Amino acid sequence: MEDLSLHILDIIENSLAAEATDIEVQVEERITENILIIKIKDNGKGMDKETLVNVLDPFYTTKTTRAVGLGLSMLAQASKEADGSFDIKSKPGEGTDITAQFVYNHIDRKPLGNMAETIAACLASLGPGTDLRYRHSRNNNEFLFDTKEIRKILSDVEINNVEIISFLKKHLEEGLIEISEKE
Amino acid sequence: MKKLKIGDLEKIRDKVRRTAVLRQGKARAKVTVHMGTCGIAAGAREILSSLLEDIRKKKLDDVIVTTSGCAGLCSREPMATIEVTGKPPVKYVDLTTEKMRKILNQHIIKGTIVNEYALAVGSERTH
Repeated sequence: MEDLSLHILDIIENSLAAEATDIEVQVEERITENILIIKIKDNGKGMDKETLVNVLDPFYTTKTTRAVGLGLSMLAQASKEADGSFDIKSKPGEGTDITAQFVYNHIDRKPLGNMAETIAACLASLGPGTDLRYRHSRNNNEFLFDTKEIRKILSDVEINNVEIISFLKKHLEEGLIEISEKE
Repeated sequence: MKKLKIGDLEKIRDKVRRTAVLRQGKARAKVTVHMGTCGIAAGAREILSSLLEDIRKKKLDDVIVTTSGCAGLCSREPMATIEVTGKPPVKYVDLTTEKMRKILNQHIIKGTIVNEYALAVGSERTH
């Protein structure tokens, strides 16, 4: 994975595969504190204790199509390389909560990458019963994107329509530029 | 904080509604971009973004785009499955945005399989 936005996309795909109906993605760029925090929380089917113990082992997976499970272990590795930390909490039937922390200006911290493209890609996978809330803060500036609010406006039109995704991607790009320009 | 331009979104919503009525819910094709860890690491997100943009530019409002997990053939990612309505699904491998564009023009629009990029005809298990 070249950047952290790709890791985030991968974890969100896990949440969707775990049949989550509510997914929360939070990116906190606390530049003055030299910290970057990524949190992804879902209400999917969660994991039992045995799965959770093994989840960072690259040679462990619950998938049946292949024998390795690299997604979570690669994000954990990326945070470790940037002197950060990785924490995962999960309960069967309740969901999964992941927090990855990085030293912001660490030379080995991967760039954040294109978050607008990641969230827009998720919209294509979003079923009618699933919502995504994305909160991105940079120091004291914040951008919030909530599919629940958008769906109220869309009414009977699906959010994964190509025209809608294109409009929302532009909105995401502009919102993220705005919080970086405010400083 | 950046505010959503609600008026603009409402306009697009109404336009989408009108075209949906015209085509009476019938889809020409469904494209599934494989978005497992392997697919993402190999460039699936860029392929999905570029495909969505091409579909929008060509106004192909009857093409459905979705994603799936890993199909078990990680070394051939990025991969996509094309299902033209009424025809068996075709799996394409080692994709680039350029190859995907050719598949859109030749397979999805004209109905001719791009043999040089195709792996197989048929479905697979994902997740």
